[in-house]
Amino acid sequence: MTISIDPQKTNNESLQPKGWFRYFSFSLDHKVIGIQYLVCGFLFYLIGGTLASAIRIELASPMSDFMPRDVYNQVLTLHGTIMIFLWIVPVVNGAFGNYLIPFYVGARDMAFPRLNAVAFWLIPPSGLMLVASYFVEGAAQAGWTAYPPLSITTPQSGQIIWIMSVILLGGSSIFGGINFIATIIKLRRPGLKLMQLPMYCWAMLGTSLLVVLSTPVLAGTLILLSFDIIANTGFFNPVLGGNVVVYQHLFWFYSHPAVYIMVLPAFGLVSEILPVHARKPLFGYTTMVFSIMGIVVLGLVVWAHHMFTSGTPPWMRLFFTIATAFIAVPTGIKFFNWVATLWGGKISINSAMLFSCGFIINFVFGGITGVALAQVPFDIHVHDTYFVVAHFHYIVYGGTVFIIFSSIYHWFPKVTGKMLNEKLGILHFIITFIGFNLCFAPQHWLGLNGMPRRVAEYDPQFQFVNQISSLGALLMAISTIPFLINVFLSVRNGKNAGDNPWNALTPEWLTSSPPPVENWEGEAPLVEEPYGYGKKISKQK
Amino acid sequence: MLNKNIYLILIISLVFAISFWIGFNVNLLPTEASINAPIYDELFKILFIIGLIIFIGMTIAVIYSLFKFRKRNDQIGDGIALEGNLSLEIVWTIIPSIIVLLIGLYSYNIYDRMGGMKELNHNHEMMNSNTEKIWAGISQSSDNEIAINNLSIEVSAMQFAFLFNYPKGNFISGELHVPVDQKVSMKMESKDVIHAFWVPEFRIKQDIIPGQPTILNFTPTKVGKYPIICAELCGPYHGGMRASIIVEEESDYNEWFNKNKKPEVNL
Repeated sequence: MTISIDPQKTNNESLQPKGWFRYFSFSLDHKVIGIQYLVCGFLFYLIGGTLASAIRIELASPMSDFMPRDVYNQVLTLHGTIMIFLWIVPVVNGAFGNYLIPFYVGARDMAFPRLNAVAFWLIPPSGLMLVASYFVEGAAQAGWTAYPPLSITTPQSGQIIWIMSVILLGGSSIFGGINFIATIIKLRRPGLKLMQLPMYCWAMLGTSLLVVLSTPVLAGTLILLSFDIIANTGFFNPVLGGNVVVYQHLFWFYSHPAVYIMVLPAFGLVSEILPVHARKPLFGYTTMVFSIMGIVVLGLVVWAHHMFTSGTPPWMRLFFTIATAFIAVPTGIKFFNWVATLWGGKISINSAMLFSCGFIINFVFGGITGVALAQVPFDIHVHDTYFVVAHFHYIVYGGTVFIIFSSIYHWFPKVTGKMLNEKLGILHFIITFIGFNLCFAPQHWLGLNGMPRRVAEYDPQFQFVNQISSLGALLMAISTIPFLINVFLSVRNGKNAGDNPWNALTPEWLTSSPPPVENWEGEAPLVEEPYGYGKKISKQK
Repeated sequence: MLNKNIYLILIISLVFAISFWIGFNVNLLPTEASINAPIYDELFKILFIIGLIIFIGMTIAVIYSLFKFRKRNDQIGDGIALEGNLSLEIVWTIIPSIIVLLIGLYSYNIYDRMGGMKELNHNHEMMNSNTEKIWAGISQSSDNEIAINNLSIEVSAMQFAFLFNYPKGNFISGELHVPVDQKVSMKMESKDVIHAFWVPEFRIKQDIIPGQPTILNFTPTKVGKYPIICAELCGPYHGGMRASIIVEEESDYNEWFNKNKKPEVNL
């Protein structure tokens, strides 16, 4: 890596690697790092998706006949871990955060460019390590939750590699979080007030607070767990007097906020996309900011709703019911505001808009099942069943992944200077939307009627519904084909986009496409009204 | 303007009507076979109807906006510069808060009726006279009526089976037999990893944890054979970890019990 360490010249254009090679280098340019995150995340999405397909093939028949039972458990563990830690978290935070936040605050780069590059370069080795653990002695097979004592008694090497990998990814996430907080608070262009920032900045500020507050707890927990595995300590091992429920508390203290780490940035991104394509200001900016912060605060005190059927005393079940259900209020406010943003606009029906609207519909559905799951008596029946599987896929796939695609359609012209093909984009949306709902909607019924999650075999009465679900998964797999064709064709031969094809007002569009290394040729523009649609646009210039 | 309001009211009432119709006529749940089940299904129905109203309403709002406010080819320029509306924000903060609060209180009531708020360390202590503390579970009674009949069962779970110990009969069974309409009390503990005891027809579930006994009380109401399913990932054969609960008339149960009963052995 030919990088100068001279702080004066860190971001000097002449010292940065150029051309395609820079995407494989230790580049300090936030835009390059953003694309590195996105492409790396997408490759892991393809691996995680392949594992998901393997799960759905296994479940197309009631017998455990497609792969050995222990391999099935490895597949579901890796599927969950890869999708969360290597696809969704790095992409909605790392990829879009790195690309957009410096533009939004009017900075030339992130606050700590070198830390930023380190944060990214932790991801490929941890990811490869995780995947490679399959070839050592078999990957981890205790689920992505790694509950002891199962995680202590299953083959050790896979579990230890899993722990090391997750700790490294958590470290990457913490580095990123510190960087975002510092950038948003300290690197704002003079004259730019906090309440003038685009909503994605607020979402990333909230998310980064959650990352910094909760990820260290996960890292500590997993270190204790690894001691239990390799050094025979007894933190969580009941044979040695350890307590398995303590692990669950510590684990979910991170892993519930992790849900908001996955969805809050998506809330931010959709808040950028909708006003542009609806040609209207974002409705209720101030309440949107407060609802993000409300979700951050409440998100920290709801973790035990994952433990309603384990060792939780009655009063605790009640407290976490109320706290969890109340998250629906700030979240609901955001959805009402987005619909109000659409209302009365001049909406362009394009791929970005369709994926965003698909997100609203899917997420509302997932949110409603979420409020139901928050109710202890309701949860006691469906906990650890396919109902829960369906619920969280509506949140993280129907919600966040839809927004990742929407964002790719929205910002592709900025990154490459080329437009994506709209017809292929709409085809991609239609197949994804139908496939997704076909795959996951029937799983609610499966859970209610007695199919637990994480099983390789099930009661034959559920076969037909499982086959519908597998058909939906097949459509989801197929849906990536038009997307990939679209990206490869458009990068080479796409229509030229110009600097601002959507006539958007947020700062990243006020520079060339693709942007220069230091973001703007001259001084960063002061954008006081990032959503000033329908007003005099000349004010912005 | 009047016309518009009439349409709005019509659509809202239609959404309500459809949601109520679906809520009352579409059954997504398995047989009700315990006294918990109808209570659970009542909660489910309410949540289902509220959920449908919100979901159908939001979906209609999104799809309607996409059609009604789509950009026609000849249109240029932006939509209206409407940045917010404080009274609307207050409305959609307060109404959901009230709904959520009411749902929370209602589900508390349901949970109480299921016996969830009962003291856990009461009946078992008196029966077993040991001082082991129960950490979690659902109890349905704080009296010692269970101690009177024979229906206290000790469940042990292991990879990958459930064993049901009937202390009063001094025998262990792989099938759980219980008489209909009588309260059953189970104390559960795992020998290895975490398992869970789930009977979908009873709408109950409780993790079985190594090192921490949990309890689960229930009253079956319908004669039949139902699956007991392990719901917590417990290893490669987790999907195959199942047993059966057989709910039978009291006479059949007594016959079965007496057939299996072994004399007390003094060690």
